[in-house]
Amino acid sequence: MDTSSSSPTSARAQGRLGRDVQAKIGNQLRAIYDDVVKEGVPDRFVDLLKRLDQKDEKGSES
Amino acid sequence: MNLDPSVRDAVLAAVPSLRAFAISLCGNVDRADDLVQETLLRALANIESFEPGSNMPAWLFTILRNLFRSEYRKRRREVEDADGTYAQSLKSQPEQTGHVEFQEFRSALAKLPPDQREALILVGASGFSYEEAAEICGCAVGTIKSRVNRARARLADMLSIESVEDIGPDVATRAILADSTSR
Repeated sequence: MDTSSSSPTSARAQGRLGRDVQAKIGNQLRAIYDDVVKEGVPDRFVDLLKRLDQKDEKGSES
Repeated sequence: MNLDPSVRDAVLAAVPSLRAFAISLCGNVDRADDLVQETLLRALANIESFEPGSNMPAWLFTILRNLFRSEYRKRRREVEDADGTYAQSLKSQPEQTGHVEFQEFRSALAKLPPDQREALILVGASGFSYEEAAEICGCAVGTIKSRVNRARARLADMLSIESVEDIGPDVATRAILADSTSR
C-alpha cells in the first residue's frame, strides 16, 4: 500500500475541511473510543497490579 | 521498588484509555489487552524513570506505542497483508456502536495508514494536545498536525462526508436521468 500521500491537490487534503465535517468525524471517533473507555478497568489489570505489589512486599523482585 | 498508592491509582486510571488506544492500534481486543498488560509490566519495572507529577497517561501511551511498533515490525515480516488482517479482525469486536454508520466509520478508519490513524486517535479521541501526541510518537508537532489533517481528509473522502456538496451529485444524477428519459 502506498496510498499515504494520495490526492495532495484537493482542498481537503490540505486540511481545509469544513467545521461540520471535522465535528462529524470527531464525534464518531470519540463514540467508538468511549465505548471501550466505558468498560472501565478489567479485573485482570487490577489483579496484575495487586500481584506486583504483593511481590514487592515479599521482596522477590523479578 | 515500592509502588506508591497514588502512582498505582494513576496507572489504573489510565487503563481504560490505554485499552481504547491499543484496540485502535491492533484492531483486536485480545491482542490489545495483552499489549496493555505488557505495557503495565514494562512501566512498573521502570517506574523510577517516571517523574512524579508529570504526565502519567502520556508516559504510558509512549511505552505502549513503542511496544506495539516493535511487535508490528516483527509481524509485518510474517504477515504480508497487515492492513487486510486488521480490517478483518475489527469486525469481530464486541461493540455498542455497532450499527451501520459506525461500521462504515470503523472500516474507513482501518484503511488509514497507521501513522495517520494513530495521530488522529491521540488528538481526536484520547484528548492529547498536538505537543503531547508529538512526544508520544517521537516526531515533530508539525508532523502530527499534517497526519491528523490527512487522516480527516481521507476519512471524509471515504465516508463521502460533505458539508455543502451533499446534494450536488444527486441533482446531477437526476438531471441526467431526466435527460435520458425525455428522449
